Amino acid sequence: MTEPLLAGRDLHKSFGPTEALRGADVAVRAGEVLAVMGPSGSGKSTLLHCLAGIVRPDSGSIRYQGRDLVEMSDGERSALRRTDFGFVFQFGQLVPELTCLENVALPLRLGGAKRKPAEARARQWLERLEVGDLGDRRPGDVSGGQGQRVAVARALVSDPKVVFADEPTGALDSLNGEKVMRLLTDAARGAGAAVVLVTHEPRVAAHSDREIVVRDGRVKDLELAA
Amino acid sequence: MSVSRTLLALLEPGPRHGYDLKRAYDEQFAHGKQLAYGQVYSTLSRLLRNGLVEEAGVEHGAGPDRKRYTITDAGVTDVETWLRTAENPEPYLQNTLYTKVVLALLSGRSAHDVLDTQRSAHLAVMRDLTRRKADGDLADQLICDHALFHLEADLRWLELTAARLDALAEVVRS
Ligand SMILES: Nc1ncnc2c1ncn2[C@@H]1O[C@H](COP(=O)(O)OP(=O)(O)O)[C@@H](O)[C@H]1O
Ligand SMILES: [Mg+2]
Repeated sequence: MTEPLLAGRDLHKSFGPTEALRGADVAVRAGEVLAVMGPSGSGKSTLLHCLAGIVRPDSGSIRYQGRDLVEMSDGERSALRRTDFGFVFQFGQLVPELTCLENVALPLRLGGAKRKPAEARARQWLERLEVGDLGDRRPGDVSGGQGQRVAVARALVSDPKVVFADEPTGALDSLNGEKVMRLLTDAARGAGAAVVLVTHEPRVAAHSDREIVVRDGRVKDLELAA
Repeated sequence: MSVSRTLLALLEPGPRHGYDLKRAYDEQFAHGKQLAYGQVYSTLSRLLRNGLVEEAGVEHGAGPDRKRYTITDAGVTDVETWLRTAENPEPYLQNTLYTKVVLALLSGRSAHDVLDTQRSAHLAVMRDLTRRKADGDLADQLICDHALFHLEADLRWLELTAARLDALAEVVRS
């Protein structure tokens, strides 16, 4: 197999006495949609947070384009998150004081872009996610499904290499969840971004190209073993 | 699914030829698995025998079998009863996967492997259905959703079983 874009090996992470990860191996290939499945409490979110450089594992390595995230400084890791990664969570990720348009433009603004071009680009992404008319509203004034589309737009606006999505449809009904998954995977595939999709729902995982299963903090990624 | 009831119900709006009936069926319900002519004609002759349809004349000079069939009052009643009756909610109590899991535990093999293999097979089919849904019209979407929800139910059972394998191992080995 060709060198994976992102690979965690033998990851361990404890929170006090709780061993959330006990030797997790996972590889993400460029452009693939990888579902991370497993029961609640098995360590899926912790794994995602480690791979995304949000949480530093106690041991193990995380290779991304020839570098090891574990060895980077906090500053380097947060810069990498901003330039190379996008995020969609279950809810609560949009800044309530900003309009939807400003929320989507935010990653670009944080990267130093000027307001006009950042918002023009943000508007295009809102339109692609079929919520072009919500730009002036605040997140509190849109529905759950609409909010998640705005979040997907924000995750993709900076052309990330990897989008990390943790139960992105967890708070939505089937129909809205379906729609958000379609838009998310279509947009990511169109942009060539890989997606690490944490979900315990098989119908959501069915939007992936491949799945891994986390059980008791361990995961066997057969691709990596090969 | 009852093909014979479905064909009968398709005759309710008006008489049809066997060929016409097959086409109507395939259009609505085939989803890649068309009916064989043989099955249409054998079904029609059984419905005829049971008095649920009757012949409604023959068109002349147009091919071998241009017999038209029409539904009888008894046929309409049959369709009505069928539509009003709930399908048997199948409990799958003797499901093969359960048998395999128990046999794996009894023989000291990995029951997790059995479940993992099944999960990946289920997900492969679910991926395929999800793609078909994306390319399909509303009818395709609803048919695929039906299959998807059922496969998902299997997987829920599978995960619950995976979470209780240790307990199950004790029960089956005692
Ligand atoms: N910040 C934290 N502090 C303490 N325990 C945590 C923290 N995050 C996760 N855990 C624990 O680690 C285990 C794995 O959690 P998590 O990765 O969130 O699982 P999942 O996403 O699969 O539900 C759980 O037992 C959870 O309670
Ligand atoms: Mg979680």
